[in-house]
Amino acid sequence: MSARHLLCVADLGREGIEEVLTLAASFDEVSSRRIPRVPVLRGKTVAWLFYEDSTRTRLSFEAAAKRLSADTMNFSVSNSSANKGESLRDTCETLAAMGIDAIVVRHRSAGVPWQITNWVAASVINAGDGWHEHPTQALLDCFTIRKHLGDFEGRHIAIVGDIKHSRVARSNIAAFSALGAEVTLVAPPTLLPPSVEGWPVKVSHDLDAVLPTVDAVYLLRMQLERQSDGLIPSLREYSSCYGLTAQRLTAVPDEALIMHPGPMNRGVEISAEAADDSRAVITNQVSNGVSVRMAVLFLLLASGSELEDTTADSLAKSL
Amino acid sequence: MTDSLVLRGGTIIDARGSRRADVLVGNDGTIEAVGEDLSSRRTLDAEGCIVSPGFVDLHTHLRQPGNEDAETIETASRAGALGGYTALVAMPDTTPAMDCASVVRDVLSMGRAALTDIIAAASITVGRKGAELSPMAELAELGVRIFTDDGSGVQDDMVMKRALEYSLGLAPFTGGGSVVLAQHCDVLALSQGGFMHEGEGSSRLGIPGQPAVAEELMVMRDLALARVTGARLHLQHLSTARSIELVRAAKAEGIAVTAEATTHHFTLTDSCCDSFDTVYKVNPPLRPISDVEAVRAGLGDGTIDAIATDHAPHAKHQKERPFDSAPPGMLGLETALALAVTELDLPIETVIGLMSWRPAQIAGSDLHGRPVEAGQPANLCVFDPQEQWTIDASALASKSRNCPYEGRSVRGKVRHTILHGEAVVVDSEATR
Repeated sequence: MSARHLLCVADLGREGIEEVLTLAASFDEVSSRRIPRVPVLRGKTVAWLFYEDSTRTRLSFEAAAKRLSADTMNFSVSNSSANKGESLRDTCETLAAMGIDAIVVRHRSAGVPWQITNWVAASVINAGDGWHEHPTQALLDCFTIRKHLGDFEGRHIAIVGDIKHSRVARSNIAAFSALGAEVTLVAPPTLLPPSVEGWPVKVSHDLDAVLPTVDAVYLLRMQLERQSDGLIPSLREYSSCYGLTAQRLTAVPDEALIMHPGPMNRGVEISAEAADDSRAVITNQVSNGVSVRMAVLFLLLASGSELEDTTADSLAKSL
Repeated sequence: MTDSLVLRGGTIIDARGSRRADVLVGNDGTIEAVGEDLSSRRTLDAEGCIVSPGFVDLHTHLRQPGNEDAETIETASRAGALGGYTALVAMPDTTPAMDCASVVRDVLSMGRAALTDIIAAASITVGRKGAELSPMAELAELGVRIFTDDGSGVQDDMVMKRALEYSLGLAPFTGGGSVVLAQHCDVLALSQGGFMHEGEGSSRLGIPGQPAVAEELMVMRDLALARVTGARLHLQHLSTARSIELVRAAKAEGIAVTAEATTHHFTLTDSCCDSFDTVYKVNPPLRPISDVEAVRAGLGDGTIDAIATDHAPHAKHQKERPFDSAPPGMLGLETALALAVTELDLPIETVIGLMSWRPAQIAGSDLHGRPVEAGQPANLCVFDPQEQWTIDASALASKSRNCPYEGRSVRGKVRHTILHGEAVVVDSEATR
């Protein structure tokens, strides 16, 4: 991974994704140690700039940074100057002036991480921008699938639900297809993007027909306000047409995975039975998130003569 | 009074055609003579240049009163003069809005010191809120000939129908001329919450979209209302192929409709937004190449009557926001001619008509877009259609810098601009 930032999956390409996954596998081992900490990012400072609520992503990044011995700073928007009308640019320049090496940013607006790269010298990691991208979520999902299913080539992954408003879907479509999987989007037309022209996907409105053919079914969180926005008649109808109900579980192949980025709306997009099914890997996704984010931080921030000209593979062995 | 001067060596192009002649501008603000080898104490070189009636922009946001951080009447008019304009139609979306006599009078009064004439448009409805009609007769008496709620269209069907009907009775207040209602066609129920063209790009970028049909549906409605009322309708900044097709059919039918297109809608596409650079955020949004080609075709075949700039200055910090919360709009006055000359594959006479006498007619102006003949007002633009230059946003006269053409190489440069006989631009520099 030669880039300075991680903004979107397309920036990584297949090779970049593979590199992250390989390195994440060795960081798994670090996490299992009695003292899960390596000194590789000692002296580096990572700042969290979260304009949107996030518990799991921020904590996951925080754990990843700490296990690599980086210093962290949290710019909490609710009690910050952003609430006093400070511009995004001024906030970023203020952060940069404190001497940071990376900004991990989440923002409700698409494109903000790209804009920040124009204003500061630090590495920028996109932790979710609007409906656009959430690359580390895609990486941890790929890592989870690889661990359970091995190779992606020829695998069939269904992404089900509110594709239109989902950064998780956009990043996962790019990542799954880059690794060779076939992707089917299953959603009512009102929850699909206005155009999927050029997307490497098939589209279906028939979850029952798709489920028996999947190697993984990926359910997206259904935002409760989509009903009041008039995009679906009711959550009840959504659940009966597109939810992974207890009945539909029987159609999921035995060795297939049930995935969800969290937080779940049990009883809406996923039934309690499906969430707790043995095929569900939802908590594995969370723990894999830490290793993947360690790999991302390491690849973007590690420097020093001992690390130069070293491949991820040999780095992993030397840890 | 200004000194008389001669524009020497140029080729005159106006609505009557093209001819080589010098132009003697008298000291009373009118053209004194047109002919061979004219002389005066002062001579401005027009060798290799075209001498045309000055340009008229049907769509300028002056930002004064209310947003002088972004632009003032003085700076916008200087930008306009440098772009070859001698008249700018001021959009009424100021703060306060130009919806009553006092604000319009104020803008006109400030405009008297400007480097172009300022023609006031006024809003159709009070506060541009789309509900109650503004005092159109009183405003017409002040000289208003264009009414628009630009920035948003009049959403309510009945309000728009009544406004069109009411506009038919204003002749006693205009001295006989007609007024025109100009619409920013955009059905908000379909476009609200959108920030770029809805399509492949917006889907990929995760930016909520503004569908083309939001514009087209209001074009359809307003053409239907113009048909039943018989009132004059002008459609602003048309941006989609279907909108233009609708206007083409309406004109063939004989509906009293005119239309404008902006420079950016025939030079830029929605793929510019891939960079998330807010300089490309504009309303109506940049559209795909198929729409851009339709705009060009509409300009070529007369379906679209005028090139407008929709010059919309924004202070730098206003544009340094996330794409969805940055204000829409881009500069245009200083670059429109060059982009039209460079990008449109049209005869130069057609381009000048789109920028000068046709918008002047729509604006109801008898001072601009006139033939270059003795006795006519000396509102003139002298430009070199061959001169190559590179657009440099930092060198613009506008107070703002939201120019989407930074670094673009273009052809066609304004050399002199004459406003009521005064050389306000000489050798591509403003004289005041």
